[in-house]
Amino acid sequence: MSLCAVKGFQRLRQRQCVLISKAVCVHQLHSSPGFTDSCYDGLYPGHIQTTPIQKALLAVGSGVAALQNPYRHDMVAVLGETTGHLALINLRDRMKNDPEGYTILTERPRIRLSTLDLSRMASLPDGSFGREYLRFLEDNHVTPDSRADVKFVDNEELAYVMQRYREVHDLLHTLLGMPTNMLGEVAVKWFEAAQTGLPMCALGAVLGPLRLNSSRLQSLFTSLGPWALQNGRRSRCILSIFYERRWEQNLEDLRQELNIEPPPVILSAANKRST
Amino acid sequence: MAASMRLLVRRVLRLSHRNINVAAAGGSGRSGCCSGSSSCRCFSDATGDRSTHFGFETVPETEKAKRVYKVFENVAQKYDVMNDAMSLGIHRVWKDMLLHAMHPQPGVRLLDVAGGTGDIAFRFLEYVQSQQERQKRRAARSTQTPSWQDISTNYSTEDKDGPQESKAVVCDINKEMLKVGKQKADSMGVSAGLSWVVGDAEELPFDDDQFDIYTIAFGIRNVTHIDQALQEALRVLKPGGRFMCLEFSKVTNPVLARLYDTYSFQMIPVLGEVIAGDWKSYQYLVESIRKFPDQEEFKGMIEDAGFYCVHYHNLTGGVVALHSGFKL
Repeated sequence: MSLCAVKGFQRLRQRQCVLISKAVCVHQLHSSPGFTDSCYDGLYPGHIQTTPIQKALLAVGSGVAALQNPYRHDMVAVLGETTGHLALINLRDRMKNDPEGYTILTERPRIRLSTLDLSRMASLPDGSFGREYLRFLEDNHVTPDSRADVKFVDNEELAYVMQRYREVHDLLHTLLGMPTNMLGEVAVKWFEAAQTGLPMCALGAVLGPLRLNSSRLQSLFTSLGPWALQNGRRSRCILSIFYERRWEQNLEDLRQELNIEPPPVILSAANKRST
Repeated sequence: MAASMRLLVRRVLRLSHRNINVAAAGGSGRSGCCSGSSSCRCFSDATGDRSTHFGFETVPETEKAKRVYKVFENVAQKYDVMNDAMSLGIHRVWKDMLLHAMHPQPGVRLLDVAGGTGDIAFRFLEYVQSQQERQKRRAARSTQTPSWQDISTNYSTEDKDGPQESKAVVCDINKEMLKVGKQKADSMGVSAGLSWVVGDAEELPFDDDQFDIYTIAFGIRNVTHIDQALQEALRVLKPGGRFMCLEFSKVTNPVLARLYDTYSFQMIPVLGEVIAGDWKSYQYLVESIRKFPDQEEFKGMIEDAGFYCVHYHNLTGGVVALHSGFKL
């Protein structure tokens, strides 16, 4: 077992050297006067090179910071990036094996307010995926542009998978019918933990319930929780769906296609009182 | 099992050390190739489009000031917290040692350049106040049984506190840092004898021969033209005035140097990301320390600017150096 770990580190070291020489090449290509943000150091815009020690320190530090202040979404993001390497590889392979997922990996769509045609989506019939997504955004006062960029993943494709996971999170809320209050977020986290296996989701799933009051805890453990876990395990990979081409599809049809049951409890977005 | 664990640990350390070296080598390689092309540009470009270092990057001189401004604009809110976290509180000791070396007496005028959040200015005012109180106590002790003549002369000269009042001027190019400093002053209730001025160290908005003491603490390495800043310092000081500079410098002990490098490059950007949410600014910080001239070279620069009796003291094994010079 230790021999495999040593071999793993050797491979990591080789990859690190390749990465750094690549980064230097990228920089040399772009070393002109007026060095702006359009030129970047690393494998993708926003990429920051880190050593294994730095990743470990980041994981611990961001975990502590996120626990102390759950509103620090950037710390949750960093925790996910530094601990999610194996899960991201798993997700990427699942996407590659799915024809639609493969298309996503090649075309690399991004979900941004600038890429969404909001007026067209608002004109879609009720019950369609696009209309319900828009309703979710309005009811919960959220925007798809609030997701942090990926910084610490040392592989360009895996960084995209991580970014896609973050951007699909809101769509997942719509698919599962969960609002953005604490109970809804915990339910979505349980689903994500069962689906993706990301350690950050698992941590959120375990620690999230600590902030719920007893009635919501009961609802979580008796109906919402088991539903979320079961569906997380048996549904199709949610990252492999090209949501941008399915706005007109009926939400129930989409749920059936993904093998997701409708939620057992209807939670309303107005339920935003603190837990 | 223990042997393979040790092997693993050693490989990880070597990996990180190699990354520091490669990053440093890559950095110097980058700046080498860039400065090579920029020197060609120097000869061909009549407007003198010279480049300088921004951490391990090479940027045009005109851009460095802008980028440094942005760095400090981003870190201003968390500047003090980060200083405590990164230096484990030792920066307070360094600043106290600067004040002790300065030993200001009541009535002197201090200019603190790149003073930002006001650490030096606050310490200065506190020191001068305690000196003043000490003087008053000494005076009181020596006149325990005053005659009627003494009492009447005391009453007539009671407002001699006026000319004794010390003034501290905090000058910084960055408005965000000054804002944070002002907020600190308000919350501490300090206002007398303190002023906040926006200004560039290379072109100070003051007349000649104004100040008794000029300090710049952990700011001079961010200045694009250090020699210009030193000349400005000479200009605004009164004859007999003192120039004092606290700055990160070269560690002489090789073991400590290795530890310091590892800590700087592994830990500090991580702290920046976790506490302030800004990796790149703190990466710039540790890189800019490596690009600053060492103790002897900086001493030579201060002498070149026209200062006399230039000395330096190493603090914490050379991590920080305190340079001092006089205008005669």
